[in-house]
Amino acid sequence: MRLGMPDPSLYCVKGMVILDNDGNRILTKYYDKETFPTAKEQKAFEKNLFSKTHRASAEIIMLDGLTCIYKSNVDLFFYVMGSSQENELILMTVLNCLYESVSMILRKNVEKRALLDNIDVVMLAMDEICDNGIIMEADSGAVLQRVAVRTDDIPLGEQTVAQVLQSAREQLKWSLLK
Amino acid sequence: MMDKKNEEDGSGNPFSNLEKTSVLQEARTFNETPVNPRKCIHILSKILYMLNQGEQLGSTEATEAFFAMTKLFQSKDVTLRRLVYLGIKELAGVADDVIIVTSSLTKDMTGKEDLYRAAAIRALCCITDTTMLQAIERYMKQAIVDRSVEASAAPQLVSALHLMRSSPDVVKRWSNEAQEALNSDNVMVQYHALGLLYNIKKSDRLAVTKLVAKLTRSAPRSPYAVCMLIRTACKLMEEEDAGTESPLFDFVDSCLRHKSEMVVYEAAHAIVNMPRTSPRELAPAVSVLQLFLSSPKPTLRFAAVRTLNQVAMTHPAVVTACNLDLESLISDVNRSIATLAITTLLKTGAESSVDRLMKQISSFVNEISDEFKIVVVQAIKALCLKFPRKHGVLMNFLSSMLRDEGGLEYKASIADTIITIIEENPEAKEAGLSHLCEFIEDCEHTSLAVRILHLLGREGPKTKQPSKYIRFIYNRVILESAARCQMDSDDEVRDRATYYYNILDQQQAALNNQYILNSLQVSLVGLEKALQAYSQGPADQPFDLRSVPVAEAAPTDSRAAAPEGSIASSRKPEEKVTATRQDVFAEQLSKIPEFQQLGPLFKSSQPVELTESETEYVVQCIKHVFAHHVVLQFDCKNTLNDQLLEDVTVQLEAADGFEVVATLPCARLEYNVTNTCYTLIKLPDDLMATVGSCGATLRYVVKDCDPATGLPDTDEGYEDEYLLEEVELTVADHVQRVLKANFGAAWDEIGDQNELEDTYALSAMKTLEQAVKQISQFMGMQACERSDKVPDGKSSHTLLLSGVYRGGAEVLVRARLALSDGVTMQLTVRSTDPAVSEVIASAVG
Repeated sequence: MRLGMPDPSLYCVKGMVILDNDGNRILTKYYDKETFPTAKEQKAFEKNLFSKTHRASAEIIMLDGLTCIYKSNVDLFFYVMGSSQENELILMTVLNCLYESVSMILRKNVEKRALLDNIDVVMLAMDEICDNGIIMEADSGAVLQRVAVRTDDIPLGEQTVAQVLQSAREQLKWSLLK
Repeated sequence: MMDKKNEEDGSGNPFSNLEKTSVLQEARTFNETPVNPRKCIHILSKILYMLNQGEQLGSTEATEAFFAMTKLFQSKDVTLRRLVYLGIKELAGVADDVIIVTSSLTKDMTGKEDLYRAAAIRALCCITDTTMLQAIERYMKQAIVDRSVEASAAPQLVSALHLMRSSPDVVKRWSNEAQEALNSDNVMVQYHALGLLYNIKKSDRLAVTKLVAKLTRSAPRSPYAVCMLIRTACKLMEEEDAGTESPLFDFVDSCLRHKSEMVVYEAAHAIVNMPRTSPRELAPAVSVLQLFLSSPKPTLRFAAVRTLNQVAMTHPAVVTACNLDLESLISDVNRSIATLAITTLLKTGAESSVDRLMKQISSFVNEISDEFKIVVVQAIKALCLKFPRKHGVLMNFLSSMLRDEGGLEYKASIADTIITIIEENPEAKEAGLSHLCEFIEDCEHTSLAVRILHLLGREGPKTKQPSKYIRFIYNRVILESAARCQMDSDDEVRDRATYYYNILDQQQAALNNQYILNSLQVSLVGLEKALQAYSQGPADQPFDLRSVPVAEAAPTDSRAAAPEGSIASSRKPEEKVTATRQDVFAEQLSKIPEFQQLGPLFKSSQPVELTESETEYVVQCIKHVFAHHVVLQFDCKNTLNDQLLEDVTVQLEAADGFEVVATLPCARLEYNVTNTCYTLIKLPDDLMATVGSCGATLRYVVKDCDPATGLPDTDEGYEDEYLLEEVELTVADHVQRVLKANFGAAWDEIGDQNELEDTYALSAMKTLEQAVKQISQFMGMQACERSDKVPDGKSSHTLLLSGVYRGGAEVLVRARLALSDGVTMQLTVRSTDPAVSEVIASAVG
């Protein structure tokens, strides 16, 4: 394994992937057009990645010349990919940020149903964490601040009674979580 | 509610089975006023999800969707707006006329809503071009230095970096702002600022040096920025070809003591990758990595062991200190870590630890994938070359790996490793070869088995007990040739046979070339018998190939191209091994007790008529030549229907030197039934005397009989005899044809010690073709390299003949013929036996 020094560059993430426990894609972001030119290569990679990782809880694996760091919970698998020359610890902070952010968005209920119900916020969070391969934010708290859904923005009239109560509960939770 | 409705989907995924056109249709909802945020968020989410799944949009579709999205700017819902930005970014590449959103985005960029500003800038930078960029430049610069907490400069810097690709000149003007941003408290801002600055200045080495120098003095707070700095410093060092005396190195070295693990690792990794570092300089990096080896975090362990593995390639001694920690990693839950640990240990291990290591590896090896197994095998190869005395333990290990499950590439790599070890280490040869032999007994990869047989053929004879290997090879040929003949393996069988010839003949003073290029044709069935006898008997004498009867050469065209020649040439590869005519005779003769002591049959001639046709008695003679005897087989037929012959023999008037040893009569010769009688002659030792003719008379007791019934009239008959033509024993009778695919090599191989050369005028020959035919016939030898074909119109030709003489001596003939008023022949004979040369030379009389 030839390791070299990576070039001084901010572009260090090649992709972030969330799969369900059948290996199907839920959300993905790929930032490297050379390694993953089309959806076909991406899906092939995901299949391979899933088959090698869904049983082992090993956290890190080298695949196809990429370093992949991963974490799973219930029925979701989170992956962050970087080049094999990349600093693995940096990639790990990205994964942690992703996972923590999603966890907080879903109120610790990190599972597929919940994620799909909040997919809009999760998409925003991923966008806040990494922009085109550059790590934007590695602190999940900061990420959350930028995507926090504040239901108090919506005028009262448009909400149902249940929603109002819900948002009140949420506000309380938020202030506790902070 | 929308969400609740979809929960009833039942599939568990409200986004499954999204159909592109219907989803895009739904985007029409965006046009409704007032905008319903919840509904639109949901639809927009669906669009984004669909795109994420890999769905492609055509430019019209994309443009329509894009335009629909722009309507959503009316809503003040934060999430919706943000999603719109996402949508813009997604579609910017595909849709047309995306610049229409510029004004909306610019408004957001400069507006009051904090949450919008950063995101709007990023979206804007996605759709902007150079000219437009200049218009918004002012805002960009402002945003970069904006210190307000919410709108951190990070997105602007990042966008600026993206824009470096398309509009570098514009972005370069922002370097002052970027410089200022370096002083930001925000860790990500520092990081991005550094990244941007480096990118702007990277073509100007002096500028980079200044930048790095400034920052190394007052290290940034952001660990990401420090990592970036380390890399930049290393790049500089590489460009300036600076060594470890440079202050840059000191900086990197100091980072080994940084409080962030990320930075420590980056520094260690950097030092390890520097060229020309001494062990002393490497040591601190290695000890830091050693600490990581025992971290509870798998990523740290992985990073450390990977880097140590790299160090071990160039400075194994430095890594030795970590050996204990590495050994505990062999049982790591993460298989990649375990494999890396093992391969590192294999590079750094001491000779004394090899045994222990091998034990630990054996249990582990079954769980890793083939690719990793190959890595381990390579490491073992290196280890074996490093510690040759340990070949025993290592080869045992390799052979047990061979026996386990695995694909062809994996097993081939093991076989290659064993072969390399055998080649490099003569002491390992015996063990290695026997491991390989055991392996081919049960190997399902034919190509691999063939390669190993190749090796056995080459190396086997050089060992002390080559007969050991014959058994394995014999097994392979016997067990596999019949079944596998059907497959594409005639090459294979030929190869195998050729290679075991190598062995057998190498025992009798290596005639290596000759037997690879021109294998001796031997009847396969006969060889099988001979080998059987040999392996059953005491094997203290080397197996004598000469004892095996030679098969007749088949027509040349079937094998002109084969470099290896073939055995039992009369057999086509697709058929099963069939016995030749000679084999049949051999079988028959061996049943007769008087002939059992004669040894193997050398050659059986074609039948020769000893009577004219249409005579009373018809007698044909077949001459079976043995090592020192000839058995004359007389097939007799009585054409007289009123006679019954009994006790029929052929009496020979032996020529000088020939001795009639025995005659076996044939008991009865009924009308029209062919029966056989034999006469056994012992040949003289002098080869020149073995050519001659004997008078032959048919002797018998004749009884008259009734033509209708065939029964004799009387019990008593009378003796009578019938003169036959002479039985001739020619030179050709003592020679078996043998094809040599490469005559030249064989010619050189034999050498000229027993060469005879003479020139003859063949007055009886009128054409070259006639001469060629006659000569081949007289000598009984095989024309090689198509020299039996004389090209039209030629007046000179060279005939190449090859054969083997009774007793096993090879003989080659080169006859240079010239046509001019008769044929002149310059005959050159070479043989391993001088007497044979003489005999052959005399054949053309």
